[in-house]
Amino acid sequence: MYDAGKIIIGLIVFLGFATFPIWHDGGKAVSAPEPEITAYAKKIGHCVEPEKWMRANHMQLLDHWRDAAVREDKRVYVSSTGEEYDISLQNTCLRCHSNKEKFCDRCHQFAGVHELYCWDCHLESKEMKKWAATDESF
Amino acid sequence: MKILFPLIAVIVLVLVALAGVDGAHLQTLFGIYIPYAALAVFLVGIVLRVIGWARSPVPFRIPTTCGQQKTLPWIKADNLESPHNTLGVIGRMALEVFFFRSLFRNLKADYDENRTGNELTYGSAKWLWAAGLAFHWSFLFIFLRHLRFFSEPIFFFVPFLETMDGLLQIGVPRLFMTDLVILAAVTFLFARRIVSPQVRYISLPADFFPLFLILAIALSGIFMRYITKVDIVSVKAFTMSLVSFNPTLPKGIGSVFYVHIFLVSTLFAYFPFSKLVHMAGVFLSPTRNLANNSRAKRHINPWNPDVKVHTYAEYEDEFRDVMKAAGLPLEKE
Repeated sequence: MYDAGKIIIGLIVFLGFATFPIWHDGGKAVSAPEPEITAYAKKIGHCVEPEKWMRANHMQLLDHWRDAAVREDKRVYVSSTGEEYDISLQNTCLRCHSNKEKFCDRCHQFAGVHELYCWDCHLESKEMKKWAATDESF
Repeated sequence: MKILFPLIAVIVLVLVALAGVDGAHLQTLFGIYIPYAALAVFLVGIVLRVIGWARSPVPFRIPTTCGQQKTLPWIKADNLESPHNTLGVIGRMALEVFFFRSLFRNLKADYDENRTGNELTYGSAKWLWAAGLAFHWSFLFIFLRHLRFFSEPIFFFVPFLETMDGLLQIGVPRLFMTDLVILAAVTFLFARRIVSPQVRYISLPADFFPLFLILAIALSGIFMRYITKVDIVSVKAFTMSLVSFNPTLPKGIGSVFYVHIFLVSTLFAYFPFSKLVHMAGVFLSPTRNLANNSRAKRHINPWNPDVKVHTYAEYEDEFRDVMKAAGLPLEKE
C-alpha cells in the first residue's frame, strides 16, 4: 500500500464519522418517552380525534385551529366522530394536556422537533399561574 | 431500454419492500437484518475499495494544473491551481470537495454552422455544476438532519440545520428547502441525460439507477413527512434501538417507512460497487491530490527493476592494466 499513513488516517476518520452514533449512544437503552395527561383526560378517555391520528397529525390540527379561531373567527370544531369542540388551545387542549414539559416537550425533544411557535403567543399553564399571582389587575 | 431497465429495477425494489412487509410480514428482515447488512457492506466495501486504490502505485506526478507552477521567486506561483506543497493540495482538495471547482470549468462545445461559419465554439456551461452542487449539498443537509434519529440527546448541530433548512416557515410540518432542492436537482440531472443527445448516448443504466433510487428515497421520505405521516417517536425509538444493537421493531408503522429503509439500505449496499463510490474516490484522484513538485523533488517509480549498472569508473578500474598496456587514455592513472 502506498501512502499508508495518509490512507489509514483517512479510513479511520471515515469509519469514525460513519459509526459515530454507535460510539455516542452505543450501550444506552433509549425508550420512547411517555407523555403525561391530566386526571380529567383519563376520565374522558379520548382526544378530539383518535389518538393514533393525533400523534401523527396534531400539528396540522393545531395550525388549522389557529387559522380558524384567529383569522376566521370560527370557534366550533366538529370532529370526525361528530362531536363539537370549542376551538381553543388554552381551554380545550390544555385542559387535558396541561403540562408543556411533561406532555409536549417529552416527545418533541426526543424526536428533535423543536421549532414550535405555539408559546410565542400562548402562555403555558405554569407561567399563566405565576402571571396571575403577581399581577393584581388580572 | 437503458432508462427503462433501472426505472423498473427501482419500482421492483419498492414492490419487494411493500410485498415483504404488507404481504409476508417480514418486518424483522426489512427493518433489522437488511439495514445492518447494508451498513456492513457499505463500510467494508468502501474500506476495501480505498485499500485497493492505495495499492496501485502512482509513479509520476500527474496533477492537472491551470495555474503558474512554483518557479523563480519573482514569478508569482498559484498554489491552488498548481499546488507545490501539502497546504496547496489541501486547499485545492477542499475547494474540489466542497465546491466542485473542476466542474466549474465545465465547457460546452457547440457547432453552429450559420452563426460562426463552421467553427467549433466553446462556451461556459455552469448548469451541471450548479445542479450538482445543489444536489450534493441538499443530500448532505438531509443526511445530517437524519442524525436526529440516531442520537440521544440530539447532536448540537442538528437543530441549527433544521432551523436553517426550514427558515421560510412554510406549512406544518415545516417545509425543508432541501427537500425541494434535491427533487429539482435530481430531476435536472436526469433530464440532462435525456435531453442532450451526446450525454444520452454515453449514459448507462448505472447512471440512471442511482438517480431513480435517490429520487425514490427522497419521495418516500417527503411522503412520510408531509403526506401520510408516521409516528415519529416510535420511529426514533426504533432507530435508537438499532444504534444500540438491541433492535426492537416499532408497532403500527406504515409500510412507506419500510420502503424508505429498504431503498436507503439498497443505496448503502450499492455504494461501494458503483459510480457513487466517488465519495471516497475524489480523495484519491491523482490529478487532484498530488502536488506539482516534479521539478523540485525526485519521484522514483516504485516498480523500477533493480538494474545492475556498470559505470565507466568501475570499467576503468576493472581493465586499467589492459588499457594502459594498449596505450589507451585513462581518466585516472
